[in-house]
Amino acid sequence: MSSTDTAAPLAKDGPSDSASVEAGLDALETVQAQRTPVSVVLRQKVLPPVLGVVLVLAVWQIAYSLELTTPDKLPSPADVWDSFTELWYAGTLLSIIWTSVWRGLSGFALSVAIGTPIGLVVSRIKPVRAALGPVLSGLQSLPSVAWVPAAIIWLGITNSAMYAVILLGAVPSIANGLISGIDQVPPIYLRAGQTLGATGLRGARHILLPAALPGYLSGLKQGWAFSWRSLMAAELIASSPDLGLGLGRYLENQREFTNMPGVFLGILLILFVGVAIDLLFFSPLERRVLRSRGLLVNSR
Amino acid sequence: MTTALTTSPDAPGAGRPDGDTAVRISHVHKTFGRPGTAAPVLEDINLTVAPGEFVTLLGASGCGKSTLLNLVAGLDKPTSGTIEVPGGRPALMFQDHALFPWLTAGRNIELALRLAGVPKEERRPEAERLLELVRLQGSYKKRVHELSGGMRQRVALARSLAQGSQVLLMDEPFAALDAITRDVLHDEITRIWAEKQLAVLFVTHNVREAVRLAQRVVLLSSRPGRVAKEWRIDLPQPRRIESAGVADLSIEITEELRGEIRRHVQH
Repeated sequence: MSSTDTAAPLAKDGPSDSASVEAGLDALETVQAQRTPVSVVLRQKVLPPVLGVVLVLAVWQIAYSLELTTPDKLPSPADVWDSFTELWYAGTLLSIIWTSVWRGLSGFALSVAIGTPIGLVVSRIKPVRAALGPVLSGLQSLPSVAWVPAAIIWLGITNSAMYAVILLGAVPSIANGLISGIDQVPPIYLRAGQTLGATGLRGARHILLPAALPGYLSGLKQGWAFSWRSLMAAELIASSPDLGLGLGRYLENQREFTNMPGVFLGILLILFVGVAIDLLFFSPLERRVLRSRGLLVNSR
Repeated sequence: MTTALTTSPDAPGAGRPDGDTAVRISHVHKTFGRPGTAAPVLEDINLTVAPGEFVTLLGASGCGKSTLLNLVAGLDKPTSGTIEVPGGRPALMFQDHALFPWLTAGRNIELALRLAGVPKEERRPEAERLLELVRLQGSYKKRVHELSGGMRQRVALARSLAQGSQVLLMDEPFAALDAITRDVLHDEITRIWAEKQLAVLFVTHNVREAVRLAQRVVLLSSRPGRVAKEWRIDLPQPRRIESAGVADLSIEITEELRGEIRRHVQH
């Protein structure tokens, strides 16, 4: 049966014509969710940033060609590309990246495991919030590189020191994200949950946490950015053969060799990894959650 | 048509054979803030709703009708007096649909079933049945933002019914809808009330809506909220909001309501 036929039998069976009026209203007022075609996404979302990168490369090349400064201070894009292929053929590129990414992601996962319960406790228990709330927001504005000297004295130049710096950077921002996510939950959801019988732990599980998810996700996103930054700072400062060669260490080594193309490559790789994890993982997750709740309107 | 105007607060209900009460509100007072400093919102409210009875609570702003409904729902406690709901926690529908946007229409209903203790394998078919009851079969997988205002309120109604309570509290549930949609939803709630034999306590400031729906209209005075007057309505259901019977009684009740509001000029 086609959809146009379904209203007719209802009208005959119903006590009044209200059923068919209702079916008509439903048909008129239902919003058709539309997905943007791929070609439009490519033109509006992908093309502009690609053009932006091309522009930066062009300006860089022009600055190099005009010899604004000496090549040992500003290498050409081609020089940097050469160090990239060199590293690739030496077979060390992926292991350098992996050393840092593994540290970053596992540190981040640990931060989520610690930051989430802290955020929950601080947001739900008033005296704890009064005491720790300002401390958490304060910690968020402290650059985590400031923790590196302390972490090295406490833990030595070890992996543990690296993780400590990541945690000190990421845990406050993840906890704060959850706290603000919970604060922004519309009270009507909590009241509705209460009338349905969702109180206490059941309320937290079925109402509070899902309702706070968008704020929590943006906290996670920021937490990742903090993890990555803290880790790079720690790797740059702490030097030990036991630590393995990560991106920060690679960058510092190139500086010691005054190898400017290598320094540029190091900076670009750190930037690239940070952005790639955000684009591949956090942004799609956030968009999916917002879209499913109707919070992401297609700008057409 | 309409019978005697009673000011007696303990007017008998529909007189069902079981003689039970669905809701009994006895000498309820409510004051926000510290007693003695703030003016009371509700003063000595007495009201009984019989099983299967449809009662509308009518009043101007500041009469505390939503406060009273929150007390019956158990979201707040009276300063003094008692509220009995023998059938357990009543269902409550808000003006805002209050559906959870992270769940589909069907899942919203299933969550209510789950919280009411319905076993897992029965939830999906029961949710489908409830959607069919509000004439939204096929909307199980729809997200809340994909539904119109009227459809959202119908899903909210289905979710309230999922609680399995025989008492349904409604806090101006159709106030934000356009006239045509509201009209259709009046037919819906009348049909479902009769089918499920629910006791309904319906709060509104719209006199015609009150008369269109109710067996009994209770007028509350403002500041403090007190039961001012009651009307029994014996017009047959389903009524039409534009019918002469509804209009005549609405004019009479509106006059009373205006009188209640005018009393506040002197203060």
